[in-house]
Amino acid sequence: MADKKGRYPTEPLKCWDMAKKIREDYYRDYAAAHEKGGLRWAGGAWTFDAIPAGLGDDVFPITSEPYGASCAYDKQFSLRCLEAAEKAGYARDLCAYMRNYWGSILLNQYAFGGPFPKPDFLWQDHICCSHAKWYQVVSELEHGVPHFSIDVSVGPESEINDNKLEYVVGQMHDGIEFLEKTTGRKYDDKLLIRAVKNTCRSTSTWARVCELNKTVPAPLDEKSMYSLYVLGTLQKSSQAVADFYEELLKEVQDRVKRGIAATPNERCRVMSDTQPPWGFLSVFRYLERFGTVSIGSLYTFGLIGAWEVDGNGEWVHRKTPMETGRSINDRDKALRVLAEWELHKPEWQHFYSPHLKSEMMIRIARQWKLDGVMLHYNRGCEGLSLGIAENRLALLKAGFPVMVFEGNMGDEREFDMTRTMARIDAFMETLGMKREFQ
Amino acid sequence: MMAVITAGIDMGAKTIKVVLLEDGQKVRARAMELGGTDTRAAGERAFNAALFQAGLRMAEVAHVTATGAGRASAPFAKDSVTEVGAGARGAIFLHPAARTVIDVGAEEGKTLRCDGRGKVIDFAVNEKCAAGAGSFMESMARALEVKLEELGPLALKSGNTIPMNAQCAVFAESEVVTLVHQKHTKEDIAKAVHDAIADRITSMVRKVGFENDVVLIGGVSKNPAFVETMRRNLQTAVNVLPDPEYVGALGAAIVAAENAGVK
Repeated sequence: MADKKGRYPTEPLKCWDMAKKIREDYYRDYAAAHEKGGLRWAGGAWTFDAIPAGLGDDVFPITSEPYGASCAYDKQFSLRCLEAAEKAGYARDLCAYMRNYWGSILLNQYAFGGPFPKPDFLWQDHICCSHAKWYQVVSELEHGVPHFSIDVSVGPESEINDNKLEYVVGQMHDGIEFLEKTTGRKYDDKLLIRAVKNTCRSTSTWARVCELNKTVPAPLDEKSMYSLYVLGTLQKSSQAVADFYEELLKEVQDRVKRGIAATPNERCRVMSDTQPPWGFLSVFRYLERFGTVSIGSLYTFGLIGAWEVDGNGEWVHRKTPMETGRSINDRDKALRVLAEWELHKPEWQHFYSPHLKSEMMIRIARQWKLDGVMLHYNRGCEGLSLGIAENRLALLKAGFPVMVFEGNMGDEREFDMTRTMARIDAFMETLGMKREFQ
Repeated sequence: MMAVITAGIDMGAKTIKVVLLEDGQKVRARAMELGGTDTRAAGERAFNAALFQAGLRMAEVAHVTATGAGRASAPFAKDSVTEVGAGARGAIFLHPAARTVIDVGAEEGKTLRCDGRGKVIDFAVNEKCAAGAGSFMESMARALEVKLEELGPLALKSGNTIPMNAQCAVFAESEVVTLVHQKHTKEDIAKAVHDAIADRITSMVRKVGFENDVVLIGGVSKNPAFVETMRRNLQTAVNVLPDPEYVGALGAAIVAAENAGVK
C-alpha cells in the first residue's frame, strides 16, 4: 500500500545474484567446455536447445542474440565488432545482433575475455527472414563448422495441423541423426525428455512471473525483466534456468503479497516493444522521473514466455504437459511436445501477420492496465519490427496513446539518446505526467 | 483588481523568445534574442527587452514557464512545458479551430494533433537529422549565396521541379553545389530545397494523420514558398498563425498563467 506521499515500498530482488551467476556460468562453461572433453554449440535464442541436450550434460551452447546484446552493452567493443563486420562486407542494415556476433568472431575476441571459442556445431531454427543465413555465415567464418537448421515457418498457431507438426517433428528426428553423426556421440533420450520438460517449465513459469505484473504497483519493471528473461534466451531447457524461474516466481508472488513495487512512485504504466537499444537502458530508468513504470512488453513476455487464452478470454501462462497429464516417455513424444509447445510461442505468431501482434499487444495493454505504449522502431531487427507501424495504428484505434522512437538494439550509431529523452518528455506530458525529480 | 502577468520563455535552438501575458488572455509584450553560446544571458536579455516594452519589472511577473530545447537552462523559470505541449496551447489560443499543428523551427520539425483544449493526441518529430528543419534552409541559402529571407520569394518564381535526394542537411548542401554546377537556376534550386523540406514535413504530418484546421507555427512558416508547398502537398488550407515564431513562448505563458492560478 502506498504511504501518505503516495509512495510504495520497494526493495531489490533477492534472487538477483543467482540470475547473474547463471549468466556468468553460462558464458564461462561455453568457453571452457573443451577443457573437460565437453562440446560447444552455437545457435539462436529461439532454437530447440532441448535437442542437443540429449548429447550429454557436458554440451554447452551459446545463443547469438543475447551474445550480440552483451556486445552491444559494451559500446566500444560493439563498435569494433560492427566495423569488423562491415569491413568484411556485411551490410549495415542486417541484424545488429549478428553483426556484433560475426564481428566478435572476425576480431577473434570473446566479449567475456579471451579468443572467441569456436563451436563444434551449429544448431538453429528458421522463422525470421535471415535466421538460417546467420549461421551459414558463422559456418563460413568458422571454416566450415557443421550446421543444421530447422524450418519452423508453418504458419500461425491457429493454422497448425498434424501435417505441419509432422513437418517440424520430422526435421527434429533428422537433426538428432545429424548430431550423432557430427559429434560421434550416442544420443540419450532420457536427457532429451528432461530438457523438454525443463523447456516447458521455464517458459510457462516465466509467463506466470509476467502475469504478476498485472498488479498495481507492478512488482517488476522492464529494465529488471531484461536481466531475468534473458536466462530463457540462453538455455530455456536447462535445469538451472527452470529452477531459477520457479524461485523467481515465489519471490515475485511474495512481492505482490507485500505490495512491493519496482517503481515506488508508480502513477502511470506503459509497455515498450521489440528489443531495446541495449547500450541505453537508462531510458527505462528515465521514466521513473515521471512516476512511470514500463511493465514489460510483448517482447519480454512472449519471446520466452508460453501463453494461452483461458476460458474468460484472458491471456494466461500456458499449462505444461506435466500439468495437463500428457505423457512424455519416448523420443518421438518428446519432440512432438516440444514442437507443439514452441509453435505456439507468441513472438513467432506475428511473423505471419501484424494483426496477430496487434491483437496480443492490445490484450496486454488492456489486461496489464496500461496508460500508453512506447514503440521502438528498431532498425536492428527486421523480424520483430515487421509491421510495427501497423501495430501503432491498431493501438491508437484501441484507445492507447503511442510514442515511437527510432533506434537500433545493437548498433548505437543509430540511436539518439538526447532526442529520445526529449520525445519521452513530450509523451509523458501528453499522458498528464509531471516530472517528479531531475 | 491587479492584472496577473505571466511569461513564457522559449529557449529555442537558435533564438530565444519571450512572451508576457496579462491574465492569461492578452499579449503585453514579446521579444527575441539570438541564443549564442551563453543562452542563459541571452534569455535574460530577451526577458529584459520584453519587460521594457511592457513597462514592467521582473517582480511583477507572477510565474515564468520555459519551453524549447534549452528549457532546462532558462532564466527565471519555475517550471517547464515541452515544445509539443507549448505549441499546441499557443496554437489553440490563437486559432481555436486548430487540430493539426505543424511546427518547423531551426532544429526540429514536428507535427501534432490536438483537441479543442490544446491536449495533444499524437505527435511526431523529425529523426536525428536537420533535413526537415530551419537550419537546413539556412545552409541551403548559404550554398546559393542568397539571404535566408530571399530564399522563399526566389523559389516562388520557379515553375520547375528538380528532385533533391539528400536526406541530410550537410549532404544536401553538396547536392545544391552540384545543381549550381549543372547550371540550374537559383530559382529552380530554391524551389527544390523547399520541396525537399516540405516533403519531409508532409510525410510526418501523414504519419500523425491530419485533421482540419491545419496551422503552421515556428520561424520557417514565415517562408511563403514553404507554406505554398505545404498547401500543395496536403491539398488543404494551411493557416499561418500571426508571429509564428512566438507561438511556443505564448503557449508557455498560457501554461504559466494556469500554474499561477489565473482562471
